[in-house]
Amino acid sequence: MKRTPKTQGAAYKRLTRRALVLGGMQFAFVGGLAARMRYMQVDQADQYRLLAEENRINIRLIPPTRGRIYDRNGQIIGQNAPSYRIVIVREDAGDVDKVIAKLSQLIPLNEDEIERAKAEMKRTAPFLPVTLADQVTWEDISKVAINAPALPGVTPEVGLTRQYPRYEDFAHVVGYVGPVSDYDLSKMEDPEPVLMIPRFQIGKVGLEAKKEDLLRGKAGAKRVEVNATGRVMRELDRREGQPGADLQLTIDADLQEYAQARLAGESAAVVVIDCETGDLRAISSTPSFDPNLFVRGISVADYQALTQDNHRPLANKTVQGTYPPGSTFKMITALAALEAGVVGPGNTVYCPGYLKVGSRRFHCWKRGGHGMVDLETSLKRSCDVYYYDVALRVGIDKISDMARKFGLGIKHDLPMSAVAAGLAPNQEWKQTTHGQDWLVGDTANASIGQGFMLASPMQLAVMTARIATGRSVTPRLIRSVDGVEQPTGAGEPLDVNPANLEQVRNAMYKVSNDRRGTAYRSRIIADEFRMAGKTGTSQVRNITKAERAAGVIRNEDLPWERRDHALYVSFAPYDNPKYAVAVVVEHGGGGSKAAAPVARDVMLQALYNGTPPLEAYPVADRDRIKEQQKRLEGDRRPKARPDEKDRA
Amino acid sequence: MSYLEYAVKTTPTGIRKVLYMNWPLTLLLISVASAGFLMLYSVAGGSWSPWAEPQMERFGLGLTVMFIVALVPIWFWRNMSVVAYLVSLGLLLFVELFGTIGMGAQRWIDLGFMRLQPSELAKVTLVMLLAAYYDWLPSYKTSRPLWVLIPVVLILIPTFMVLRQPDLGTAILLLAAGGGLMFLAGVHWAYFAAVIAAGVGLVSTVFKSRGTDWQLLKDYQFRRIDTFLDPSTDPLGAGYHITQSKIALGSGGWNGRGFMQGTQSRLNFLPEKHTDFIFTTLAEEFGFVGGTTLLLLYGLILIFCLVTALSTKDRYSSLVTLGISLNFFLFFAVNMSMVMGLAPVVGVPLPMVSYGGSAMLVLMAAFGIVQSAHIHRPR
Repeated sequence: MKRTPKTQGAAYKRLTRRALVLGGMQFAFVGGLAARMRYMQVDQADQYRLLAEENRINIRLIPPTRGRIYDRNGQIIGQNAPSYRIVIVREDAGDVDKVIAKLSQLIPLNEDEIERAKAEMKRTAPFLPVTLADQVTWEDISKVAINAPALPGVTPEVGLTRQYPRYEDFAHVVGYVGPVSDYDLSKMEDPEPVLMIPRFQIGKVGLEAKKEDLLRGKAGAKRVEVNATGRVMRELDRREGQPGADLQLTIDADLQEYAQARLAGESAAVVVIDCETGDLRAISSTPSFDPNLFVRGISVADYQALTQDNHRPLANKTVQGTYPPGSTFKMITALAALEAGVVGPGNTVYCPGYLKVGSRRFHCWKRGGHGMVDLETSLKRSCDVYYYDVALRVGIDKISDMARKFGLGIKHDLPMSAVAAGLAPNQEWKQTTHGQDWLVGDTANASIGQGFMLASPMQLAVMTARIATGRSVTPRLIRSVDGVEQPTGAGEPLDVNPANLEQVRNAMYKVSNDRRGTAYRSRIIADEFRMAGKTGTSQVRNITKAERAAGVIRNEDLPWERRDHALYVSFAPYDNPKYAVAVVVEHGGGGSKAAAPVARDVMLQALYNGTPPLEAYPVADRDRIKEQQKRLEGDRRPKARPDEKDRA
Repeated sequence: MSYLEYAVKTTPTGIRKVLYMNWPLTLLLISVASAGFLMLYSVAGGSWSPWAEPQMERFGLGLTVMFIVALVPIWFWRNMSVVAYLVSLGLLLFVELFGTIGMGAQRWIDLGFMRLQPSELAKVTLVMLLAAYYDWLPSYKTSRPLWVLIPVVLILIPTFMVLRQPDLGTAILLLAAGGGLMFLAGVHWAYFAAVIAAGVGLVSTVFKSRGTDWQLLKDYQFRRIDTFLDPSTDPLGAGYHITQSKIALGSGGWNGRGFMQGTQSRLNFLPEKHTDFIFTTLAEEFGFVGGTTLLLLYGLILIFCLVTALSTKDRYSSLVTLGISLNFFLFFAVNMSMVMGLAPVVGVPLPMVSYGGSAMLVLMAAFGIVQSAHIHRPR
């Protein structure tokens, strides 16, 4: 639009006026800043100079001692050990490269570490010490001390570092600590100053990370006199910080060690839960790794060995791994059917070896079929057709609800990394995640714990404990914090008819103690400790029609990755349940063969609180068990670690 | 069509444009940036890495950008104002959705060679948009309620997006710069009086909200205000920065302790000594003389911007120049107030001196627009 010169002139004048007003305000502010600067730097300069001198009496943070971690009997799992390190001060060293070269002739130095130190030196002020070698032996420290005159700027220092004296046994539960990284800091909104201390260790994984707030403690402060270059001359006084809280776990370190040793060589998980309190007595996953390696900073070669192992040592299979529960899920289907009134104790189903659902045949694991089957027989001999049949009558939603009631498909609150929720699917779930309708075939698969159904070994143990007690037992990992007992996970009675539970328990008893039960060979014959259980074998592959026609290939003939997972859940003693044990052996083959013996051995170890007498075993097994006990006993003796000896 | 297009023939063309640049402004920018290089060299303990060298490279890039922007006629930038504004809103939305999480806030986009903070960009594009708006709006409409409401909305959109990041400091700067531009354009002063009254009311509400369910600021923001009001309450935690900063500044005295001799900035734990708190080091090492010299340089930059703004008859050029200089003023005023203990720690860098690429690049591009307004001014 066209503007008249008049309005334009007026607008221009007003703009000039306002610009001058705003400019004037800006200059007034600049003047104010100058005045403030004058006030601080000229009028009050002496006072601030004094403060600056006092600042030479510097406040330094004292890193708090990290809380220790014990097992339920007070055996140490995570502790703080003195560690010696060698530091260099760039300013005093003069020619850093030359000094480092001299030092490397004296003691072994790590190339990576040196590179890191050089990079750090570039970032920090020249008078700040930079670590050259961490966790140095006492011998090497002495060498450095003796040669001190030839090594300007190099000094030995002592500090505390985390140490895990049980090595592999607790790697998955407790996790490990490591120095604060930039990535850690970037995740925090307002990091505490103590985290800025070089190489301050914080929890990275597992309990150490989840309970960081309890374990870390509060930093103390000390007043030290420093000279003009910042070197500490003497300490004036100190205010002690608050050490982190000591945590006592519910785990029995000896049992954990036994379980770890018993599973050695397999890719497996075993969970022992106390039926009365929900205490996790053992929660072991094999293979494992040495967490101390991570505290020191793991080498690339070691790390690659861990990540490339097809048995996945870094994964915590007990809570993080989820598996189709297979036949161990049948108790839930049975309970859902009993509660819905679909089946009674006497009702039977005929098993010809398969059930036709629509046009598709769902096979029983036993090709010839089981004949007439009632509830007890169906669990005892693990008939699949019985469950296809009753599940179709009950419907998936009731089965899924029952699974959740028993702790499957829900996330249990445990202070460990990556606790998986598993999956107890229902119609709504499939609709929302897959956008497809639930099919009857899905129900048939779910009824025997296949298809979408997923559970972690820990969840299976919780399920078994709940079946054993009829209460909603919840798992507990931390027994006490700084001596203060934490609430137990005994739980309220479940809203399930006790008579129905009793029926299922009785059938589980038969699984282990009836001559025709699938786990009869892995029974306990000590009368006061009779065990009840359920085997499971979960498929990791589909059996094709052609395969079925040619005769299903035996597990042993398949490559390891394609073999079935072996599962076993159990509780004992039958009349007064004390422990529930869940075992999953990845690609182990059949549950009765690969998982049940492990569960029995671990169960007996727990019940006898140590090596059980041979009388608890069936006569036929005793010789073999004796051998095994001897071998494991040898394995568990404190192992002298070659790298540990020279690392003081 | 504005007056500008009629006067095109009188503006210089080709290489002669360079001669008509606002050279004093260019030289001032170079000297301020050089002071920054020196300080970055000093806080690194007498080393060009890790800060001084990349900063010099970025300043070189910034200068190039400024020259390129300067040579493009100002009317092009006026026509681009709306687009620029929309682009910066888009980038703000992008970081909101996909931004890298850094220091507790999603603020930047990683471009590979640098991190772009869209909120920095928004400060300039907002000024451009408002200047274009008031250039277009007939002046008799300026104070009518509807025509006042529109720029208010235009200011509040980016402000809220920045506040959500959450970046309180930048949000306040955006509000102040936008309000300042409206004031320059001639909006009736009664509006400003009303807003200030409402602002006082709002601040008291914010403080009343503390500890209730509808708490308006995050806990750490309240804590920053607390420690600002009384740094001694938390000498090891958040108050540490302010206390240390004041001691370092005050102990500089008249002449300072000398280059590379500042003990305080070396001995303490200040994690941001190369960014937000760099003025502390300068004031400690060069004292009152050094500090006021920098202040003087900043003041001269404002004056030369004012000269450009008042010597052009093009309304867009005047407004955009004044808006950019106001932005620049707010930057250093807030930062200096912060290190002198006059304002809470809000995380605003010292312009052209603090280490940081995106703030400087955006600022140099903005000065390019000022230069363009100067070169292409109708005379």
